[in-house]
Amino acid sequence: MKFRAKIIDVGCLNHFTRVVNTVSKLSKACVLRLTCDHLFFVLSGKVASGGVSMWCELAQVNFFDEFQLEGVSADANEIFLELAPENLSRALKTAQNARSVKIKLTKKNCPCLTLAAELPSLSGVSRVVTHDIPVDVIPRRLWHDFREPQMPDYDVSIYLPPLKTMKSVVDRMKNLSNYLVMEANLNGEMNLKIETDLVSVTTHFKELGNPPWGEDGSQSTSASHRDSEFMAQTRLDIRKLQQFLTGQQVNPSRAMCNIVHNRILHLIFLHEDVSLQYFIPAVV
Amino acid sequence: MDCVATGGNVKVLAKAIHSLSRIGEELYLEPVEDGLALRSVNSSRSAFACFLLSPLFFQKYQAPSDQSFRCKIPIKSVQAVFKSLSSLDRSVEKCRIQLNSEKSRLTITLHCKHGLLKTHNLSFQDCESLQAVFDKESCANVLQAQPRLMVDTVLHFPPSQEEVTLSVSSDRVWLRNHVEDDADPRAMMTELSLSSEEFDHFAISTQTSITFCLKELRGLLVFAESSGLPISVYFDEPGSPVILSVMDSVLEANFVLATLSEDSHPKNHGKSNTKHPDTEQPPDDFMNDDMDSFLIAMETSELPGPSHAPTSPPHPTNNRKHPASEEEQEEALAEGPPNKKFCSLFFGSVLPTQSQLTNQTIQSQEVLASDSEDENQAETS
Repeated sequence: MKFRAKIIDVGCLNHFTRVVNTVSKLSKACVLRLTCDHLFFVLSGKVASGGVSMWCELAQVNFFDEFQLEGVSADANEIFLELAPENLSRALKTAQNARSVKIKLTKKNCPCLTLAAELPSLSGVSRVVTHDIPVDVIPRRLWHDFREPQMPDYDVSIYLPPLKTMKSVVDRMKNLSNYLVMEANLNGEMNLKIETDLVSVTTHFKELGNPPWGEDGSQSTSASHRDSEFMAQTRLDIRKLQQFLTGQQVNPSRAMCNIVHNRILHLIFLHEDVSLQYFIPAVV
Repeated sequence: MDCVATGGNVKVLAKAIHSLSRIGEELYLEPVEDGLALRSVNSSRSAFACFLLSPLFFQKYQAPSDQSFRCKIPIKSVQAVFKSLSSLDRSVEKCRIQLNSEKSRLTITLHCKHGLLKTHNLSFQDCESLQAVFDKESCANVLQAQPRLMVDTVLHFPPSQEEVTLSVSSDRVWLRNHVEDDADPRAMMTELSLSSEEFDHFAISTQTSITFCLKELRGLLVFAESSGLPISVYFDEPGSPVILSVMDSVLEANFVLATLSEDSHPKNHGKSNTKHPDTEQPPDDFMNDDMDSFLIAMETSELPGPSHAPTSPPHPTNNRKHPASEEEQEEALAEGPPNKKFCSLFFGSVLPTQSQLTNQTIQSQEVLASDSEDENQAETS
């Protein structure tokens, strides 16, 4: 099992750093899955993490100038590592103006993901900083826990309003209630609602558009049978949504969500070569 | 006592106060013939800092006629006087420090633009002279660097990082975060390697590793960075203090910090003798950018699954010396409960003679045990 990768381009480095920062804001620990073509940051919906799950997929070729991987075996050419994304984020932060950043799997006192940054210096001599990030190698029998989550058979799929607007609405609602109801229909309408004994607040968004999914551009099976006025809704822990909106640094070119009525909210951010999916379960 | 600082020197004075406030709760002020000494010590007495502003630093400097005057003031109240550095820079033209012995007040007057006068009357306590016992000149190792280098170096460690280990060989310096043995074994290890060429002065006669607190270094950096003065680091073996020093024609600052003593981290002991032949070449494999040599890091045999134990791969094929020696160190560490304590430094009440004024001239280098005597005296006197 071997892994090494190298980033030279500063744009790629910044981009990668933003993705890692986003991931680190969402979870204390996550799984980094490495394949020959992709990197995945995975958070599977454990009860400990409040049932949220995350799937972040990057095409390695868009970030790395070198990328070599030898997985556990020829038929399973992958590596699964559990790590604290905060560590990776911190390590990348100190490497912001590096000439190159190398990431490799090493055996120190424990298995580590070692990030070595070659920094410019006044004297012209290269200065090297290395960070050894402890990781757990996840045995193959547990891999199935970290497979890509199924796209839920949603009731409504809708584009999100500008994330800044949505964030400021959610931030304010957070002061009033712990729970938020997010509802949307196939008419491009979405509402964010809170209800307490004292006050009910609803923010309405219109003409958001519903993304076409599937070959024929139709909505999913459940969705296609819906009345376009039908509001599918989920009641969420408002902190989970806020955390996601606050932490994201991907600034996606497209952001959308799928709602499974009273079950789950599935957020999808797409930005060039990065896709980030986040699942927030409904609370009753 | 009556001293007046003008122009840019007001800011220097303010920075010195801010820098001292990172060390301890109290500012010890002692005007003497050589200048105004500002000192502080931390509560565990493992760190001491002293600024000596020479008479030339001031536009006017008049030591008190009564040579033995010295006092201590809560540093927060002095800091409040120099609170906003930016506005100080813009508006303050002159700063006057006077002792009003009749009222027992220390008066700091800021003369600002447009004739605005700000007068602060601070109460003080009499105290014994505060002086650490150290001798820079006898230190085996000296490094000198521009503040920028030190700032860039310290940046790699998170603000929560308390201690760092500084290792030196004949041509390199390493800094790594010090992780206590009982701390999280999953802590990220960060190591920065600097070439001797980055230093203005690099004189290493014994290869060694010392561990000291970052906080005070950061404190001195506040000052050094704003004044642009190079920082010198004087040190010996683990356990004896490290001295960080900044010098100019009109001022001198010395920060004396305890280092972890030998028995508390035996690894350094072994290391200082054995490690460095290996580490002539940098410990980081990536430096020698050889594909094969660093490609394999960790080999888990082809495990079809269940028998795979993630944390103890059966074939640690990394035969590089550096990680291996780290493992040995860990074993060594495991042997006895490490006595993790910074030696408290040396402060007794020191003779209030002229000899203390120049830090280096104290007779003995002996590190004395912490001594609470002076405090008691200070309070009762």
